[in-house]
Amino acid sequence: MSDAATIDNELRLALVGNPNCGKTALFNQLTGGRQKVANYAGVTIERKEGFYTSPSGRSVRVLDLPGTYSMDAASPDEAITRDVCKGLHASEPLPDLIVCVADATNLRLHLRFALELRALGRPMVLALNMMDAAKRRGIVIDTIELERQLGFPVIETIAVRQGGSVDLVQRIDNLKLTVPEHAGKGGSLHAQVREMLSSAVTMPRLTAQIDDTLDRWLLHPVFGLIALAAVMFLIFQAVFSWATPIMDLIDTGTTALGVWVGNVLPAGLLNSLIVDGIIAGLGGVIVFLPQILMLFLFILALEESGYLPRAAFLLDRLMLSAGLTGRSFIPLLSSFACAIPGIMAARSIQDSRDRLTTILVAPLMTCSARLPIYTLLIAAFIPRNTVAGIFNLQGVVLFVLYAAGIVSALAVAYVIKRVRKDTTEHALMMELPSYRMPHPRDVLIGLYERAMIFLRRVGGIIFTMTVLLWFLSTFPGAPEGSTDPAINYSIAGTLGHWLSYIFAPIGFNWQISIALVPGMAAREVVVSSLATVYALSGNAENLGAIVASQWSLATALSLLAWFVFAPQCISTLAIIKRETNSWRYVWITLGYLFGLAYLASLLTYQISKALGA
Amino acid sequence: MRLSELAVKVPSIVREVESLGDNDVIARRLRDLGFVAGEPLVIVASAPMGGDPLLVQIGFTRFALRRSEAARVRVERADV
Repeated sequence: MSDAATIDNELRLALVGNPNCGKTALFNQLTGGRQKVANYAGVTIERKEGFYTSPSGRSVRVLDLPGTYSMDAASPDEAITRDVCKGLHASEPLPDLIVCVADATNLRLHLRFALELRALGRPMVLALNMMDAAKRRGIVIDTIELERQLGFPVIETIAVRQGGSVDLVQRIDNLKLTVPEHAGKGGSLHAQVREMLSSAVTMPRLTAQIDDTLDRWLLHPVFGLIALAAVMFLIFQAVFSWATPIMDLIDTGTTALGVWVGNVLPAGLLNSLIVDGIIAGLGGVIVFLPQILMLFLFILALEESGYLPRAAFLLDRLMLSAGLTGRSFIPLLSSFACAIPGIMAARSIQDSRDRLTTILVAPLMTCSARLPIYTLLIAAFIPRNTVAGIFNLQGVVLFVLYAAGIVSALAVAYVIKRVRKDTTEHALMMELPSYRMPHPRDVLIGLYERAMIFLRRVGGIIFTMTVLLWFLSTFPGAPEGSTDPAINYSIAGTLGHWLSYIFAPIGFNWQISIALVPGMAAREVVVSSLATVYALSGNAENLGAIVASQWSLATALSLLAWFVFAPQCISTLAIIKRETNSWRYVWITLGYLFGLAYLASLLTYQISKALGA
Repeated sequence: MRLSELAVKVPSIVREVESLGDNDVIARRLRDLGFVAGEPLVIVASAPMGGDPLLVQIGFTRFALRRSEAARVRVERADV
């Protein structure tokens, strides 16, 4: 790779095509694991590049451009594809060869785009993909005639079958890079496509029989919604409970490692830094992986199978009334387990404004990390009374907390739409592609990419902040002969004492205020921090008894209201930074959530105090 | 007749796509997706809540269109 001759000889391909043409599957097959995923400069659009060596030994660089319907770009993704193909992109060189990927079962749409590409007058070939599905449906394509009419090479591929792109690789290797014939041909592209289809393609049916049947059931007003509920339940169950044993294992593992290291190393600051800072910080990063992988296993499989757009179709109306889109549903549902995978899942929303709104409201969904503090406070303060004959008051309170999150998310989404003064129409115009069996290779590569994005770009921030919070809670140490817990004397303790002035109107005492500082790392940390502040050994049952005797009901309710909104999770803020590529939205999220939290707690505290709680 | 007024499963033909305003991205995109004069289409289904969006089959492809988007497409029934 180091000698200049090889580099000069390198061939640059760009894969271009409509969404759902199987372009990414072809990319995976061409390049295998030799891929680099990054972002285009300054935007959060994924730039995927891979490499392969051709049979003649030439090194080939493959750029997988975002799927697009037209050179008349309607979104930032499509603008990238347009700019790269036209050689207008600031940091991407003009590709040597455009490989236009077309779904052989959807040629009417895909050939029109191929003709649009041909008009650019650049060397190109057409990869006629999904030939297996076309043959199964009895579609006959005269590739020689098609090639003659198009004026550039047409090669059949099956991206999901072993060896399904051998012909393409061979042909590209022996290709003379020339401008396509008929590149200057004018007139209506649609009319040209019609002509090609009538002379080169035989299509027994417009759509696949299986698609018609599945859609009849899966989009049915009743059965469709039942099926959707079942799928959602399965995802929720998987993310919420199936991932838990693995997360517990990671938790136990890091704790055990911490104990072991703690015993091996001499006691002191270094010991505390490694155990409470570094190991706890690393554990805090890795612990999210099971949920992320579990959720994306479902999302990738559903996306590949073609079901995800159908779910969006069923729910679009409901979500639109709140200023969102049908595509927001799955990211928001996932956020009930954890906002991190939920916010990452918002990538499946094409409209960038809808995606941003979804990301901004996702932290309002009650994530599982809020449960420890909810459980502690509800058990300590809410009696087990029966309400209306059948409901348990504790359960009712928990439900109210979840509902408050959902209602405020919808309200915030609505307000964002108003504030933005966005009167333009957000397009849906979503293709419902053919149903397909997800290919394990493509799902696995997708999972690997998600895991790497999380570990590399978010892990760093979470880890740094955890160590920083350790520092704040440890320094300066307690003076000789002090009786209060050490955290009381630390920077976090001092901060907490200051904060207690701000928090006095919402009923938080200084103990709560201190616990909220290390609790910025993650919500569940607040419980153990409270135990530390009350000089307990982290036993939640004892903690429950202590808070029940020391706090007023008004304080407890106020703290519950606080946790519905408060953005007490550095990981969420880190993922927002990563996914929006902007600190601005981190500050907006932080600001509006703290504002809502303070307001909600203030109202809760003052009203319940006035009522005598 | 507009596509948004068309009943489900009634085979129809596109007459034209109307632009709302000077720079109607949605209308331009509809034309790129194949909503051009003479093209046959049919509404396959509509969503459970308020019958919006619509699922439109045109060519070999199915598109989900919100009613506001479908209102840009002028159609006529194929059988009359």
